[in-house]
Order: sequence, then C-alpha cells, then structure tokens
Amino acid sequence: MTKSSSKIDPQNVKVDVHYLTRVEGHGNIVVDVKEGKLTKCEFQVIESPRFFESMLVGRSIWEAQHLTSRICGICACGHTLASIKAAEDALGVTPSDEVVMLRKLLLYTEMLDSHILHIYILVAPDLLGVKSVVPLIKTHRPVIDMALRMKRMSDYGGEVLAGRHIHPISYVIGGLTQLPSREGLEKLYSLMLESRKDGEETVKIIKTLKFPEFQRPTQYMSLTSDEEYAMYDGDLTVNGKKSKVSDYRKLFMESVVDYSRAKISRINGQSYAVGALSRFNNNFDQLNKKAKAVAKELGLKAPCHNPYLNTAAQLVEWVHCLEESITILEKILKDGLKEDKVVVASWPKRSEIGKIKYKPNTGKGCVEVPRGSLFHEYTIDDTAHITAANCVIPTNQNMGNLEDDMRKIVPELLGKKTQEEITLSLEMLARAYDPCISCATHLLDVKFV
Amino acid sequence: MKKQSKPRVAFFDFTDCEGCQLQFANMGQTFLELTNLVDIVSFREIMSEEGQDYDIAIVEGSITTDNDVTRIKKIREKAKVLVAFGSCATIAGVNGIKNRSSLELAKKRVYGDKAGTINSIKAMPLDAVVKVDYYILNCPPYIPEIIAVLKAILMGKPYPLPNYAVCVECKMNENVCRYEKDQECMGPVTRAGCNSWCINNGNRCYGCRGLVEKPASDAAKDILQKYGLKVEDILNSFTLYNDSMGEKYDQELK
Repeated sequence: MTKSSSKIDPQNVKVDVHYLTRVEGHGNIVVDVKEGKLTKCEFQVIESPRFFESMLVGRSIWEAQHLTSRICGICACGHTLASIKAAEDALGVTPSDEVVMLRKLLLYTEMLDSHILHIYILVAPDLLGVKSVVPLIKTHRPVIDMALRMKRMSDYGGEVLAGRHIHPISYVIGGLTQLPSREGLEKLYSLMLESRKDGEETVKIIKTLKFPEFQRPTQYMSLTSDEEYAMYDGDLTVNGKKSKVSDYRKLFMESVVDYSRAKISRINGQSYAVGALSRFNNNFDQLNKKAKAVAKELGLKAPCHNPYLNTAAQLVEWVHCLEESITILEKILKDGLKEDKVVVASWPKRSEIGKIKYKPNTGKGCVEVPRGSLFHEYTIDDTAHITAANCVIPTNQNMGNLEDDMRKIVPELLGKKTQEEITLSLEMLARAYDPCISCATHLLDVKFV
Repeated sequence: MKKQSKPRVAFFDFTDCEGCQLQFANMGQTFLELTNLVDIVSFREIMSEEGQDYDIAIVEGSITTDNDVTRIKKIREKAKVLVAFGSCATIAGVNGIKNRSSLELAKKRVYGDKAGTINSIKAMPLDAVVKVDYYILNCPPYIPEIIAVLKAILMGKPYPLPNYAVCVECKMNENVCRYEKDQECMGPVTRAGCNSWCINNGNRCYGCRGLVEKPASDAAKDILQKYGLKVEDILNSFTLYNDSMGEKYDQELK
C-alpha cells in the first residue's frame, strides 16, 4: 500500500510505505517533506516482538542452537553457527579442524543461497520494472529457471551437510551429529561445478542492469582475518581498526527509538554498515581471483560508497563462496572425513544429565551472515542452563545507516523526481540492504531509556 | 472453487521466522508448476502486488498480539479455505515457550521499564482463534507433506493427519533408537509425518509436530523418568514446541 503522486513537487513529499514488500519481516518507510524541509525520515520496524531473550532463559545450552536458528528462516545456518560458537565459548569446547571446515562450507552455502534469492527474487524485479518475480516466470522463464537452479544447488548443500538448510539438523555444539554422505558431497560438488556457468551468466545480466547513482561514505564493519576473506572467524574491523569479538559490546553502542522495535547501533556516535559491501570494502584483497575478476567486470571498486551496490557485492561474494566451497569439497573428497574427528551427540548422555557441574561462564560468538556480522552471547549457570542471552542482528546495525542514507538521498531527489519515483528509490534502497526484519525484532535485551 | 478458474492463493505471516514461506521458494520447479494450477495473488515476502480477493489463505506464524486476532479473523472471513502452515501456526511452535513464564515477566525481561507499552498476548496457534481447514505441520514444513496437503486442497478432499508416533517412521528408516544410545527423544509422543527427519540426520526428535492425539505422553514420561532425567528437563523437552504444560508449570513455580 503505497500512497504517492506522480507530480514533481520540490517542496512537499510524503512517503508512507506500509509493509515494505520483498523483504524478510515487516517494516514501514515514512518520509515527510514539508515546504522543502525534511521533517520525518524513518524506517519503522513493526514486527511483533518475540521475546527470544525470555525464551532462552532457563533452557539448556544444548537447546540454544535449535531454538535460535528459529529466529530467522533465511539465515538459520548463520544463527546456528553464531549460537554454537557462543555456546562453545561458554563451555570451553574446541571443535576439530574438520568441523571448522564443514562449518565454513555450510556458511558459504548459506551465502550462496541467500545472495541469489536476494539478487533474483527480491531485487531484480525493481531493476526490470516489474512488481515481483511472478510476472518474470512468464517473461523471463530461462533466467528464472537458472535462478532456481542456482538456489537449488545451495539449498542442496544445506541438505547434504546439515539435513536441511532451514533450521539445520546436524550442526551442534562440538561437531556434527552425523557425517554428510559421500554421494551427497559428490553430487553437491558436481552441482557447484555446473553452477559456475550460471554464475557467469548472472554476471552478464547484472552488468546490464542500472543501479541508482548515490554516494555516501560511512563506517564499514566486518570480521577480518589474516588467513582469508573472513566469514566464519576473525577480528572485528571498522575504519581499519581491529577489536576482538569478545569486546563487541565496547565497540558499538545501541540505543532505542520509539517508532521501531529495532535498536539503532552506532560506532563513535555515527551510524555504520555491515554486510556484503562492508566485507568487500574491508577485505577486498583476500577475495579469490574469480571474485576479483567479477568485481572488475561489474565496475565495483573498494572502497565503494554506493549502498545500492550491496547487491553487486553480493554477486562478487557469491562467486567467491562458490570457489571456496569447491576447494573445500575437493579436499574432503580427496582426504575423506574421519568420524571420530567430526561426529558428536546432540545432547549430553541421559545418564549424565544433572550430574555434571559446569563452570558458570559467558560465551560470545560472531559469524558473518549474508546481511553482516551476527553476534550471540549466552551466560550459563553450573547446570549449563542459560541465565542471560543477547543477540545482535545485522539488520539492526544497518538501520541507522539506512536512515542516514535516506536523509541524504531525499533532498537530492527533491525537484527531480516524482513522489512515486522517490518512493521507489527509497524502497529499492531499503531492499539493497537486504533487511531481515524478522531477525531484527528478536533483539533480546531491549532497554528503553 | 469453480473448475474453470484457477483458485487464488494468498500467503500471510504472523509471528514467526518466515522460514515456512521460504520452503515454497525451496520447492524450485515444483513451485513453478504450482503457479500453473493456482494464481498466487499475495505473497509479501516475494511480491509487491497485493490481491485483495483470494480463495485459499496459507497462514504461517502464531497469534501473539490483539492486532493478530483481528487480522486472522478478517482473513478467515474472506478465505474459503484456511491452511495453518508450520509449527507456529499449528501448535504455537517455539513461540509457545513464552507462555511458560508469566507474560508480565517476559515483557519485563525484554522491554524493561517500557513493558507496559508492549502489546503481547499469550502465543496461540491459529485454531485457538479461528476455524482451520487444513494443517501443514513441522518446523520447517516438510516439502513432501506440503505437496500432499496442497493436492488434497486442490482436489477438495480432507487431509487426515497421521495419528501415530514418529517412532513408527523412524523404525522403518532403521535408525538406532536414541534411548538405546543413552539419549532422550520426543519421538514416542510426537505425531508422525516427517519421515523422522531429524533422527535420520543423527539428531533427536524435538516434538515440532505436536503430540499424537491420544498421547502416550504419560508412558513416554515414565520412560524418561525411568532413565533418571530431571522433571524440569522433561518438561523443557515437552515445551520446546508444544506448550500444553506451560501454564501448569508456571503455577508450580509459584
């Protein structure tokens, strides 16, 4: 339901997008320009609160992954991994190298899955001037078939590795509950090899689409690592400065605004961005060769200050993750996986429950998920039950940055574009961040001031 | 539904993770084939168009606010067929956990001083508020079951849910019983239909499909007690998805 007019009025613009579509969750965009003055510029998150913090309190730490993966259907694997890392940090568990490799592979397949969903299903309709992917099924059938084939490949990755991509089954504290099947891994490997040409085709298509021009430098935060283009592990980097993940609470400040269920995050008092474009800007040098070539082909250079190009950065990451996944799979298929290094039970033995004393502790975990840095933190008591929990979601962190972008772009468009066009520009801007609003409201420790 | 025109389908979401809708995207070519059989008129997660008229409403998520109650009643009025989709819509899902502690406590824990401004009621499945015609269980929904229920709807036939435990399917899949491995499992009391998805992948059953109709729940509790689990842990196992005991538990705590 978009109220808009098709006249150009440089003095008065009212944008009221109720329930932004083609995003995960419920959000509104409200902009009000009166007599040339921007009086209101808000991205309102209106998703129902879900009380995850309250739900986690009193649960066993071994339930945390199962429960928190249900915060979000789209980045369930990311929540799973952030949750497991936080739980392992609290329990003092160190996973084997094989397990870490399998986790990276799962994280990459989720990037592949989510990025392709965003590029084709959520963003492409805007760039092609249609309302959704549904008319494209008739008009662009080969492209849609290709998109679904790419989606199916990464979805199959989740299936082979974790039993399913939405709410993965076999990834738990310490390892996996069973080894992925060799046949499954072989099939995934061949699907990934086949996907290379779909990737090339996608680059050709995205190259022809025109992203809106807009520039606003901001602070870009992501994990960074000396070893690789960081996704699973590393230090937090912003403005070239590194901090430990365990100090994340000192790095950014969160505050509550009254119009939204989501908090606004700030670093040094300023908004900041997380996600594909931030990772691209911070870690460009560590992208693999093919990904760098794609960036060049798309004209994407680090640092890039156009938030609309987050979608292009996602495609670069798609290529990076595909190649990294192929490399990992080649290693696994060559060396095999050792059961004793990987397989663990999902839960302590029944006969031991209640008998083991644990060290009361707090654990923190961070991974890069498709939309940016995701944090989970749990405090456990001596029975390993959770007494306090906190999750910081990428979309929340981006919220302040998106609003600052809106504040800059609205005056730039005034007098040049109709209200209808301005509305679309703002919708596209919000969508470029790939917001995951159902995640964003699962903020676990909102405190109003 | 007239035979000549395609039935119009609308998707709606209430409080949940939206993973249910994503399962449609994950159906791939089957989803495209589905668009030959029905007209999708509303699907906010992937569409900007919004159709106001529909025959079949596929609804995911739990009812957790007063506004949700009003909205689901309106959807019920318009829809000829209402489908509850996924654990949150069918059994309140993980949202039901919040019913375990008093709502006042939950609000206070999460929203502090501003607890009074938060509208939230007890998490409920759809059929606590409106009549539901078809149920698609599971978290996330199991694609073969989604297809089976959709077929039944399009043929105008009922879809009876299996009324036996997950253990039946699990045995056919030749999994080693979790109890045999000194683990706990909700399989003995959970309604079948998922082909023992989680146990096939080395995990255990968490009861996301809800209990069988005449639950051998007491018997399962006996088994759990026999193996020396804390009552608290047993109750936790029963309430990850299905909160039938939640309020009672809360009373006991007081």
